[in-house]
Amino acid sequence: MRDSDDNTSPGRRQFLQCMAWAGAGTLWLMQGGVLRAQALTGQGARDAADASFAFVQISDSHIGFHKAPNMDVASTLRASLAMVNAQKVRPDFLLHTGDLTHLSRPDEFDALAGIMQEARVDKTFYVPGEHDVIGDNGAEFFRRFGERQQAGGWYSFDHRGVHFVGLINVLNLKAGGLGSLGADQLAWLKMDLAPLSASTPLVVFAHMPLWSLYPEWGWGTDDSAEAMGLLRRFGSVSVLNGHIHQIQQKVEGNITFYTARSTAYPQPAPGVGPAPGPMKDVPPEALHRYLGIREVRHVRGSQPLALTDEVLS
Amino acid sequence: MKALRYAAIMSMLCLCCGVAMPAVAATTDAAPKAKAAGTQVEIRNFAFAPNTMTVAVGTRVVWTNRDEEPHVVTSAGKQFASSPALDTSDTYAVTFTRPGTYAYYCSIHPMMVGTIIVQ
Repeated sequence: MRDSDDNTSPGRRQFLQCMAWAGAGTLWLMQGGVLRAQALTGQGARDAADASFAFVQISDSHIGFHKAPNMDVASTLRASLAMVNAQKVRPDFLLHTGDLTHLSRPDEFDALAGIMQEARVDKTFYVPGEHDVIGDNGAEFFRRFGERQQAGGWYSFDHRGVHFVGLINVLNLKAGGLGSLGADQLAWLKMDLAPLSASTPLVVFAHMPLWSLYPEWGWGTDDSAEAMGLLRRFGSVSVLNGHIHQIQQKVEGNITFYTARSTAYPQPAPGVGPAPGPMKDVPPEALHRYLGIREVRHVRGSQPLALTDEVLS
Repeated sequence: MKALRYAAIMSMLCLCCGVAMPAVAATTDAAPKAKAAGTQVEIRNFAFAPNTMTVAVGTRVVWTNRDEEPHVVTSAGKQFASSPALDTSDTYAVTFTRPGTYAYYCSIHPMMVGTIIVQ
């Protein structure tokens, strides 16, 4: 097991990773369940050329937020999408891992939908964050952005040999608890995965972390262990989450967990300060270093997925 | 005198605008009356303060969000109507008309829990 992340821990490797992030970005290569980081260089371009397809993850755009450290979250989302459009390998699709809006308001959903049209991709898949389901249990979100496969909003699809699963863990939350998948969704997940061979690469995405990242701040999902039990037999599982507005990673057997940056504002590292929430004291000229997108490339016939995190600087 | 009256009117207006109205529920009475401001619960750093509060029947409890994050005041047993999304500085009021123990939480940050005991 190895953890690496945006904000913590010293060490030369960590320092070099941070240096890379502050520059052009980092290419993440997952090989045999172990991550290797390298700066986006010619090597990255070669890997891109080998990829059978790529997709990009964006997260936590929080349209409607207008306070320090980001008075204009629409602009930083636009900048993220411009970066997507500038990728050498055109991504097959986008994943938005939730918190499209700040307060679930119709005008915020309108604005988000309008801006997302600037992305030159054929399709965007969404899962809701807890900010997208306030007051109506996500009815408006699902009406606009849902895949309409299952009544609960969760879904799956296959893309060039990779099985993708979008899970909902921000509804029916219990007092005192964390994120929740619920019995119905877990039963569906079991059925959905049953026909797949263990060699099928899986990408599972949901808004809140699907592991106990920092339960004291609500950064986890109560019944994620049951989902992981269903995923364990597969040789390559990548779990992509948002919610915490920073990169955190963990490898557990064949399952690798990643959280993405926000396109809107950073949050503190786990346990740094009294509570989560926007890092208000990030100066405007430094904000872009904390925001970004993630590109994932899949190389057909080989196990690893390559993850590239790029900052908006 | 004129200035004083203006200030009083403005503060009443602010009170009316700032207090969100919950839907009808047996124990709620959110009409923002001009009586005492009520008993305050602050929402700060993803916590309700005070966390547990004992009040007399008929007390109007007002929650105020001091965080940059929105929060939603939600009864754990559906004993009173949920607040809408409370953005920074938004308030929500419930008047508790029956004795009992009212557990509540934030529906989007459910690790945030609190209790109102009405005697």
